[in-house]
Amino acid sequence: METTGPFSEIQAQARNTAEDVARRSYGKLVAFLAASTRDVAAAEDALSEAFASALLHWPKNGCPANPEAWLLTVARRKSIDTARRRQASGVVDEDIDRIAATLGADTPLDPHIPDRRLALMFACAHPAIEATVRAPLILQVILGLDAATIATAFLVSPATMGKRLVRAKSKIREAGIPFRIPERDDLPARLGTVLEAIYAAFAEGWIDAAGTDPARRDLTEEAFFLARLVVELMPAEPEALGLLALMLHAEARRPARRNGQGEYIPLADQDALLWNSAMITEAESLLHRAQREERIGRYQLEAAVQSAHVHRLRTGRGNWEAVLQLYDSLFALTASPVVAINRALAIAESEGAQAGLDAMPPPHDAGLAEYQPYWAARAALLAGTGAFEPALHAYEIAIGLERDPAVRRFLEGRRTRLGREFSGCIDGLENADEDDAAKKRR
Amino acid sequence: MQYLLLLYAQESGWTNMSKSEQEQGMAAYMAYTQALTTAGALRGSNRLQPISAATTVRNVEGKAQVLDGPYVDSKEQLGGYYLIEAPDLDAALAWAARCPGANHGVVEVRPLWSM
Repeated sequence: METTGPFSEIQAQARNTAEDVARRSYGKLVAFLAASTRDVAAAEDALSEAFASALLHWPKNGCPANPEAWLLTVARRKSIDTARRRQASGVVDEDIDRIAATLGADTPLDPHIPDRRLALMFACAHPAIEATVRAPLILQVILGLDAATIATAFLVSPATMGKRLVRAKSKIREAGIPFRIPERDDLPARLGTVLEAIYAAFAEGWIDAAGTDPARRDLTEEAFFLARLVVELMPAEPEALGLLALMLHAEARRPARRNGQGEYIPLADQDALLWNSAMITEAESLLHRAQREERIGRYQLEAAVQSAHVHRLRTGRGNWEAVLQLYDSLFALTASPVVAINRALAIAESEGAQAGLDAMPPPHDAGLAEYQPYWAARAALLAGTGAFEPALHAYEIAIGLERDPAVRRFLEGRRTRLGREFSGCIDGLENADEDDAAKKRR
Repeated sequence: MQYLLLLYAQESGWTNMSKSEQEQGMAAYMAYTQALTTAGALRGSNRLQPISAATTVRNVEGKAQVLDGPYVDSKEQLGGYYLIEAPDLDAALAWAARCPGANHGVVEVRPLWSM
């Protein structure tokens, strides 16, 4: 029988409310549930059971006034049941006391659930957690993304991703990783690992620049949600502001990175009118806010570089010296070979291709030999100095390393054009030879 | 929670030190042990004899196979341990970082099963 009228409306409303709470408060509820036990996996299990009961009860009895508190109460009851069962089966578990204590600590319908998401993020991005799993872990425990979705985004198999996440959660519990915002001395470094994880999630989403792969596209949005959350919870941390500004700059230019045919358009050739100016404005104001704190850092500098690029391309006024200064500071701070490449390109803009080439890091540095932008940059610089054959060779390697077909086509285009110029030169030389020969014959 | 801090270092580093350097080294460990005791965090600690004194035993088909030497023949050897009580991993890591062993070797931090 088809359900009609108020009943189906109530059902739909219940489902919407549950989805809404899941989206808005999943991480908040997991963080609160796991804070006393450090058992993230158990908190997630209890919460998913609570969501299942919500979908059963709410359509019948209507949505509770405070859905979060309702879910929390049910989830806590579930986790106490689980702990009791474990105890009954002979497993001694000190957690049951802690869970019971937590239950007593707040009245079940306390409308205010303390937000411990930040503390949970610090646990997930703890240096004792393997670096590559930090971002996936945050995406799962704060946003409730499933392992398969995360696996797709990070290009690993769902089974592998599932195993890594389970392992990381057991490590939090077994090694006693605290759910806490670190002390002042440790904060900058530890916040760094949290921001790095968020940026990694963003970068994974960003790889699909055309935004055609839904899994990747989602990840960009989720990364924005996390970055905004950190900014909201730590409004005076300049690096958190810097990261959000950097992400906004990158996102603002997404519409201009591909033309109508899906071809890759490099920054210098982009149509500035296609940029999202609201995002750029927000990025600029975040960056100003960050600079007022007078604690410079990697993300602020990177956002400032993006800001300088936007300014140059909008006004047509060259500012490569300023860009170079920013890269110098960035390199002094990070010693990153990727920064070194960008710095070399900035040098080439103001001092010529040879100077840029001289400033390039050697390929054996930190796996640069496998890094596409390194070879593309090298190719462009070599071409600029007239070293055609090495330039063609470098383009070849860059093309072989690129996984985005649009970027590959772009690089192939560059190589073909260079190849044509090169053979043009040879023809020119041969013609010159012929001229010479003709002169001699005369 | 209890954590075992396992101190790994090159044994030759110690034997190559001058008498006064060794005395300084000992003093640093004593100060560290004292600090742990004062904080009420120390549950146990010992220094191990060098690996030249180690013997490995494994039962193969019911028979004890005894071999001279340590189980893992690595560049750095297990030279001692501290068993400490700490509220969480960060506290344990802070103690590990203060350990003189972290300066001339590595300190592995292992949580104990809670029974």
